[in-house]
Amino acid sequence: SRHLVLANSVSLYCLSGHPTLPCNVLKFKSTTIMLDCGLDTTSVLNFLPLPLVHSPRLSKLPGWVSKDGTVNLEKELKECAGRVFVDSQPEFCLPERELLDLSTIDVILISNYHCMMALPYITEHTGFTGTVYATEPTLQIGRLLMEELVNFMERVPKAQSATCWKNKEIQRMLPGPLKDAVDVWTWKRCYSMQEVNSALSKVQLVGYSQKVELFGAVQISPLSSGYSLGSSNWIIQSHHEKVSYVSGSSLLTTHPQPMDQSSLKNSDVLILTGLTQMPTANPDGMLGEFCSNLAMTIRAGGNVLVPCYSSGVIYDLLECLYQFIESASLGTTPFYFISPVANSSLEFSQIFAEWLCHNKQTKVYLPEPPFPHAELIQTNKLKHYPSIHGDFSSEFRQPCVVFTGHPSLRFGDVVHFMELWGKSSLNTIIFTEPDFSYLDALAPYQPLAMKCVYCPIDTRLNFHQVSKLLKEVQPVHVVCPEQYTQPPLTQSHRSDLMLELQPPPMPYRRCSVLNLPFRRRYERVYILPELANSLVPSEIKPGISVATVSAVLHSKDNKHTLQSVPKPPPAPPTKKRKRVMEEPPVVLAPKPLLSGAVPLEAFLATLQKHGITEVKVEETADGHILHLQAEDTLIQLEEDGTHIVCDNNEPLRTTLRDLVLRFLQKL
Amino acid sequence: MPEIKVTPLGAGQDVGRSCILVSIGGKNIMLDCGMHMGYNDDRRFPDFSYITQNGRLTDFLDCVIISHFHLDHCGALPYMSEMVGYDGPIYMTHPTKAICPILLEDFRKITVDKKGETNFFTSQMIKDCMKKVIPLNLHQTVQVDDELEIKAYYAGHVLGAAMVHIKVGSESVVYTGDYNMTPDRHLGAAWIDKCRPDILISESTYATTIRDSKRCRERDFLKKVHETIERGGKVLIPVFALGRAQELCILLETFWERMNLKAPIYFSTGLTEKANHYYKLFITWTNQKIRKTFVQRNMFEFKHIKAFDRSYADNPGPMVVFATPGMLHAGQSLQIFKKWAGNEKNMVIMPGYCVQGTIGHKILNGQRKLEMEGRATSVTLCCPLAPIKLQIVLDVKLQVEYMSFSAHADAKGIMQLIRMAEPRNMVLVHGEAVKMEFLKGKIEQEFNCYMPANGETITVTTNPSVPVDISLNLLKREMALGGPLPDPKKPRTMHGTLIMKENSLKLVSSEQALKELGLNEHQLRFTCRVQLQDPHSDPDTLHRIYTHLKSVLKGYTIQHLPDGTVMVESIVIKVSSSAEDTNTKVLLLSWSYQVKYFQCSYLTDGLYRD
Repeated sequence: SRHLVLANSVSLYCLSGHPTLPCNVLKFKSTTIMLDCGLDTTSVLNFLPLPLVHSPRLSKLPGWVSKDGTVNLEKELKECAGRVFVDSQPEFCLPERELLDLSTIDVILISNYHCMMALPYITEHTGFTGTVYATEPTLQIGRLLMEELVNFMERVPKAQSATCWKNKEIQRMLPGPLKDAVDVWTWKRCYSMQEVNSALSKVQLVGYSQKVELFGAVQISPLSSGYSLGSSNWIIQSHHEKVSYVSGSSLLTTHPQPMDQSSLKNSDVLILTGLTQMPTANPDGMLGEFCSNLAMTIRAGGNVLVPCYSSGVIYDLLECLYQFIESASLGTTPFYFISPVANSSLEFSQIFAEWLCHNKQTKVYLPEPPFPHAELIQTNKLKHYPSIHGDFSSEFRQPCVVFTGHPSLRFGDVVHFMELWGKSSLNTIIFTEPDFSYLDALAPYQPLAMKCVYCPIDTRLNFHQVSKLLKEVQPVHVVCPEQYTQPPLTQSHRSDLMLELQPPPMPYRRCSVLNLPFRRRYERVYILPELANSLVPSEIKPGISVATVSAVLHSKDNKHTLQSVPKPPPAPPTKKRKRVMEEPPVVLAPKPLLSGAVPLEAFLATLQKHGITEVKVEETADGHILHLQAEDTLIQLEEDGTHIVCDNNEPLRTTLRDLVLRFLQKL
Repeated sequence: MPEIKVTPLGAGQDVGRSCILVSIGGKNIMLDCGMHMGYNDDRRFPDFSYITQNGRLTDFLDCVIISHFHLDHCGALPYMSEMVGYDGPIYMTHPTKAICPILLEDFRKITVDKKGETNFFTSQMIKDCMKKVIPLNLHQTVQVDDELEIKAYYAGHVLGAAMVHIKVGSESVVYTGDYNMTPDRHLGAAWIDKCRPDILISESTYATTIRDSKRCRERDFLKKVHETIERGGKVLIPVFALGRAQELCILLETFWERMNLKAPIYFSTGLTEKANHYYKLFITWTNQKIRKTFVQRNMFEFKHIKAFDRSYADNPGPMVVFATPGMLHAGQSLQIFKKWAGNEKNMVIMPGYCVQGTIGHKILNGQRKLEMEGRATSVTLCCPLAPIKLQIVLDVKLQVEYMSFSAHADAKGIMQLIRMAEPRNMVLVHGEAVKMEFLKGKIEQEFNCYMPANGETITVTTNPSVPVDISLNLLKREMALGGPLPDPKKPRTMHGTLIMKENSLKLVSSEQALKELGLNEHQLRFTCRVQLQDPHSDPDTLHRIYTHLKSVLKGYTIQHLPDGTVMVESIVIKVSSSAEDTNTKVLLLSWSYQVKYFQCSYLTDGLYRD
């Protein structure tokens, strides 16, 4: 059962250090909310590629033995062009799992399909019983990307699982970057399809601007973030606090619905993640370079390999090519998209009209498919295949352009094309995905003859755009990965490549626990109609009224209501005086506080009206003393107080009290 | 007391020209803006002069919401916005926004081009009207303005059909449009959360019907079609281009496949393919099964169903034709009907509701002789130049079948929706008065149910709670007194001051209220002298008083303070002896105005006793 928590503290547990693949946990009021669960796949760069067909080159790579010969790991580690790779099924670096008990997580909010790839590691075998919230495109495309990942791994099973190299003593002696890899013991193999299905069965679909109540205490709502189909930022708020979670947002006009910026206003805390990984590369420029390099290679009779994810930027690349093909006279060049989910990804992209930019929505109203790749497919310019096996091998013509995964070049059909085309300088590989360093990706294929072009297209916010955005929405505090608070290591003079804010942003790193600053002072409570109707407001200042309230508080499911005080039961027929003497009376409304001053002349006039005429007024340092001579009573009137000295004459005292009260405000 | 008013301008105790006005929290909302298929005169559209006699509606309406694309729900929209005049926001879902203008254009063509009416909305007006439309997503909370918010729910009646929750402050209304509580071959079932609206405005087309299982109806339908085909007859199924048409196409397509039938199935008008495109692109609005398998097999790509050409109607041999419109009131379905009506081998299957005045309604009521208006071209006309409309009597010999395939909730479904939403009041529209009465009776066992006629206003008084911001300090103080959760059996009273400033309501402790308003506290105190005889010293007397009060005033806090005072709760008691007589003591009792229920006499009585 959930106890009402009035604590002011809001804390953030940071489980991932990767700024674009975040995984944070927000403890807010009585709820524990995970924000994204990105999977850091850069760890796979330390592994040898998984070839689809036997590769003599890879199998002939020499094993690694330490220089002095004391450590021999030739079964686990292979050397290629001066670098050492683990010969094992690739493993991923998971979000931190020791910082807090994952079974206590109530909900997981997913912002886009790239930021959910660790979901099965969080929801399965951890005791997690909560709900995952995501938009429909995020769920469907996320499922495709997971399915693809599982498929890539499972169709080339590797019996060996290398573990010796992870031994701390041994790892220390390895050459970099293996030597410097952190937490290698926690790295995990890919999940199974069964785990994917189970994890995704916990997803509850939400639409943009839908308000979802969590336990009556917190309301969450996804907002369009403009980055990918169904991508969202999240608002997490109660009646008096607002946390905005910004993750992977874009202001460029590509295919998704534009970013909703105005709803981020008035945030107490804004958690900022997922800025561009390529702050100096302009996406439009990169797109131009992509096209010209592609055309150049084809004209020279070479093939083009584009390692990419199966959803996202590929839709924009295809749209760009659709316009470019004719003008560049590439009309006869075959374009291939090879992925176990290629067909599904292309089909799904066409059915999410609600989540698209205005131009694409208008096309759907006609009714026409929103993306022109439908036409590329219809006219046979673009063909898609689930893998290089089967139909593809017989229909494949060169020179051609191949889009295929995985962008790390460690698994998927791309490995095959690297082996096939790497030896010829006619061919070109064009990197468009920004997640991996292209030099690291190519390392196990060296020496290479093929041309390499690096055109990373990252449409996420750059520092210039984010500063402008923050100026506009004005959050009280900003929390962000520490990487954003200093310029990149390689460009330490570029102070424009960091966040400069006042007050400075609160940085986090993997395993940080932050206390977020909130000055929460109010809570929402509902006054029931009967009580509301019985209140008597009085105007204290122009436009401001007050009413004293005495009520019974009821709290249920984090909702507070105020009801009228029930009337006390009729007094039992005992001697009234005795009851009063020996039990505390039923608590009724207390007397209000008083404010104001009693003006002498007006008060004297009032006394007179009530038959009190013999009044002797004496001036004192702080006011006046009134002698009511006939009544043998004193009234001391001062600016901030009135004192009635009256002996055993209850009726008189009551009268005087009421006359004084006429001049005072009650609070 | 706040009130919500509901006035149907159309669909009050009737089916057709749905248009319901709702006034809630100072906002005016128009729900649907439909046409009536049964009339060709003024009664075709809702009577907008009810809203204002002169001029545009913009100032009187905060928004218009269209539930789905059927013309009896949106057919008057261009007339209302462009001819009467309305420039405010119009809300509808994406599929409705896509399909609605096509049906409006169709309606315009039939009315203007075929029937030759003038003073009707133009194609340009339809376009201008659609520019005012803001698309709605399911479950999205749309803020129409600072106070008015609307939220759409899945209604399952046709592609894109929505129910809508309208909320101002803590008052709310749900309007169902047309809805269906049982999933069918291409749509899912309507769903809404427990939103507890003050009023649920529900359609009641099938208010008295509890329909048998859908499977039985489908089997019956297929049997009748099959039998007619077998005996060489022709089957006419009047439908609207989108909606039931797709449902029945899926049904026949699978049947033809299974039975390996060869008789042709046609779909009239060029809309078919286009219509199916809409279903493909808005596949997320169909049911779970179709959505799951659409990548492998798209249910809206038909093998057996071909486009119809007007000349096919005279082809010999059996055939099945889906033709628009669905109530046989105009267009191709009516033309084919006239051709085939004379042959008893043929059959017409009416798969949906027909409003009064339409041919569909007449033949369903057993009328076998129909008087038709014909713009005659036949040889029967003596004088070809005469501008005369001929009255032709049509003998209906073909078999007439009615199969309820319209996706409306039946009585059971309506009750189901009530359970889901838990409304406090119910308003029935979009049904026939007699049928409504029956359902009203049923519903009224639980709560108020209204069925206003067109132009009649019903008023529901609401009793909303008032949201207030309570200071955390005050709330915490309250919580601290009674543990984390107040005990429901022992309600405790909390006291505070409500500050009302502009739109904000804050509840704080009285002390905080003084501080926030920048006011000084004014102390009101009382002092009372009591004389008594006591030979002891002053301190002894005081101590005796203390012991005495302790013994008689049980349950009070009584303290003897070192500064020579006794305090009973916050009442201060001091002792001094009179100057003349040390045995005569004067007790000074002093208390402030805030002391609870103190009457000096209690204490003095207490002192005098014994």
